[in-house]
Amino acid sequence: MRHSRLSLLALVTAATLSGCASAAKPSSTPTPARDTTRAAPGLGGVSTPNADPFPSTYVRFPSAPLVIRNVNIFTATGPLIRNGAIAVADGKIIAVGQTVETPAGARVIDGNGKYVTPGIIDTHSHIGAGGAPGTQANSDVNEATNPVTANVWVEHSVWPQDPQIPRDLAGGVTTFQVLPGSANLIGGRSVVLKVVPSRTVQGMKFPGAKYGLKMACGENPKRVYAQRGPSTRMGNVAGYRAAWIQAEQYRRRWDKWNADHKGDPPARDLGLETLAEVLRGNMLVHNHCYRADEMAQMIDISKEFGYKIRAFHHGVEAYKIADILAKEGIGGSLWADWGAFKMEALDGVKANIALVDRAGARVAVHSDDPSGSQRLNQEAAKAMAAGNLAGIPVTEEQAVKWLTINPAWQLGIDDKTGSLEPGKNADLILWNADPFSVYAKPEKVWIDGALLYDRLDPRQQWRTDFELGFVPAGASR
Amino acid sequence: MTRTISWAFAVVGLSAALLGTAGLADAQTIAITGGKVYPVSSAPIENATVLIRDGKIVAVGANVSVPADARRIDASGKWVTPGFINSSTQLGLVEVGQIQQTHEDVARGKDFIAAAFTVWDGLNSQSVMLAPARKEGVTSVVVIPQGNLLVSGQAAMLDLVDGMPSDMVIRAPVAMVSQVQSPTSAGASARGELLLRLRELIEDTRAYMRNRAAFERHETRDFIASRLDLQAMIPVVEGRLPLLIGADKATDIDAALKLARDNGLKIMIGGGAEGWMVANRLAAARVPVLTGAMNNIPGSFTTLGQIQENAGLLRRAGVPVLLIGNSGSGDEETFNVRNLKQEGGNAVAYGMSWEDALRSVTLTPAEVFGVADRIGSLQPGREANVVVWTGDPFEFSTKVEHVFVRGRESVQPTRQDLLTERYKTLPPSPANPIR
Repeated sequence: MRHSRLSLLALVTAATLSGCASAAKPSSTPTPARDTTRAAPGLGGVSTPNADPFPSTYVRFPSAPLVIRNVNIFTATGPLIRNGAIAVADGKIIAVGQTVETPAGARVIDGNGKYVTPGIIDTHSHIGAGGAPGTQANSDVNEATNPVTANVWVEHSVWPQDPQIPRDLAGGVTTFQVLPGSANLIGGRSVVLKVVPSRTVQGMKFPGAKYGLKMACGENPKRVYAQRGPSTRMGNVAGYRAAWIQAEQYRRRWDKWNADHKGDPPARDLGLETLAEVLRGNMLVHNHCYRADEMAQMIDISKEFGYKIRAFHHGVEAYKIADILAKEGIGGSLWADWGAFKMEALDGVKANIALVDRAGARVAVHSDDPSGSQRLNQEAAKAMAAGNLAGIPVTEEQAVKWLTINPAWQLGIDDKTGSLEPGKNADLILWNADPFSVYAKPEKVWIDGALLYDRLDPRQQWRTDFELGFVPAGASR
Repeated sequence: MTRTISWAFAVVGLSAALLGTAGLADAQTIAITGGKVYPVSSAPIENATVLIRDGKIVAVGANVSVPADARRIDASGKWVTPGFINSSTQLGLVEVGQIQQTHEDVARGKDFIAAAFTVWDGLNSQSVMLAPARKEGVTSVVVIPQGNLLVSGQAAMLDLVDGMPSDMVIRAPVAMVSQVQSPTSAGASARGELLLRLRELIEDTRAYMRNRAAFERHETRDFIASRLDLQAMIPVVEGRLPLLIGADKATDIDAALKLARDNGLKIMIGGGAEGWMVANRLAAARVPVLTGAMNNIPGSFTTLGQIQENAGLLRRAGVPVLLIGNSGSGDEETFNVRNLKQEGGNAVAYGMSWEDALRSVTLTPAEVFGVADRIGSLQPGREANVVVWTGDPFEFSTKVEHVFVRGRESVQPTRQDLLTERYKTLPPSPANPIR
């Protein structure tokens, strides 16, 4: 089923409206997934675990069932299926294999010689918060006014009309995490978004995804706060620990009040509320950290206060402590070949991803860059080649995981997306060639079974409001 | 204590010796046989031999007799190309991007003019950034002064040959660097004012040329630039030295073309994000464009029309295109001069022919910068800058098997190789913790 541009826009409207109209169901199990319980009106002063004041209104776009057959399929769980088939209905994958049954009314695509992979997941993006064109007016990534800003939520910085969003989709990215910047020791809440056209940020929010907390080690915070402090790495560590000490006290006070409702509730504090959610295990910690020695210290801090680090981001020295990361169950969101641009990045090596993968830690290729995010398949290809060159054999099946199921795990959504298995969201890419070739491009991209990008059909290439008039039409992506 | 010091000295001495001599194997007679050879200056030759002697290519072809004393390299099933040329780098000028004391790429200048600045004089030929680029097939680079001044200085073409800066320079200068898109960094507050100052500089250079004696006697009016800057501008206004003009927006490119027409300048365009919109004008003026193939974000108001097809569309219109690496973003660029091949592959993916993409990283830059008699193709008499690849150079899975610069093979491990080796087994061996 193909939508014209007009009908696509109409669908956005319909999706948003139906999302608003649907009633939230209260949940009796607040953890582990963020539930949809909403505080009753007037309870804004109450610090409730898993409160969801800006709930997702995303509803999948309507779509007919789909079969792609005669296509090479990287499932991200098993070996490459050559000349296989995949079937999708109601937004979910219903079958993957050598052959599949075609559901009634399905659009059937012959994928002769082409490849299918799960949609790419970028764990580290600032798209939307640092919109294009880059201006001070659109610079909303770093709340660089205090070294600890656990109180900010990056979704309040995201501009859904950022022209970088549809370009990410054209690069095969179907889900991304927007993080606050790394100026601060604790930068605030992240948000996990689907790469879909929407008038509102809420309309992009991945239903059921947990929030993340951005933390940052090393040079950036001590450079930004050189005058007022922290101005040293020891100052950085003192800053994290002071924040967690306060958070632990806050968590105790509120957990007690939430249990007995005795007396007035304690005063609510947005920053401590976020940190308390981390301590309760309701949020995932994403820690920007370059150096091996600093990562090891951050692990100790997490143990001191009883939280888990889900993934180190950038981690150019992760290969030096790959065994420790594997043992601690911490993922790595890493670059293929960035390094050497600052002192803490000096020891970047191209075999980093392969070495960390070999040690058994869950590794993702991340971008931190709106341009690189569009070509994460190429970044993975570079990292795979570097591993092979260094004598660490990496298969394409393995490298696909760096783009899909591993980042899904880092974001806590691996039960919903990141691999091609029955029951999972039908987030997938049809590539015109082997995705690890420099010549490969996503030809079609589906999110929850709906075709949202088609390189061969200009009417299926979403243009943001900003682009109308400003950016010449007809320039394909 | 004494022992420790002398040990340390011994290590330093050894390292220096290694750096000085072992980086590139000695020049000799080398025959690369049996490969698919892309001379670039002519059609590819199957099962061909490239014969190298004393640093130069002496023969290329299917029927080349190999001297008995030659070192033979079997390139059967391999691809052989000229070394790649990255035409826009700060290699050897910037060691660590965020460490100011390792920057030699920006001149202060006088009144936003630094025409006399010869950036290669600050070159660090011992930079650890050279080896990663060379290891992945880049054998020559243009080093370009930064700063976005009205005139930022002069660029040079270098070979990534082991040695001192004077050994590396192939030709200097190869271009004078200017721009027409950032008024504030050029001492102006509007594009019109920036262009006015450029015209004034050209006019004053001509006045200086006519009245040099009077200038020395302090008998001329004041000029916009200093004596040395005016002198440096003479070959530019005479149309002998190209002016490399930074311009992304179509209207800025048009302004650069007009400046060249009105003043008889030889120019090239750097960036050229919206070049495709004025491709026919660029082609008619025979103006080359240095651009990347991985940029499609309207990242600023000067690049709203930036598309990945740009390089291919320019080429199709007949514009000489020089692919450059990392023109998109990122302060990791010195480290990733090596990613030029990725630009080549993406140019092909977005519409450029494969042959044109190879040319845009070899012979075209050599021609445009006036060094095609030295580098950029595999022909007798050229420097033996030769790369042996296991396959298509643009593909990620392709390995670089041999890199020759002026006939010497690069064998020095990179800093990254040493680190990878050190941490390949974890935890590092307690018996030998400082391998």
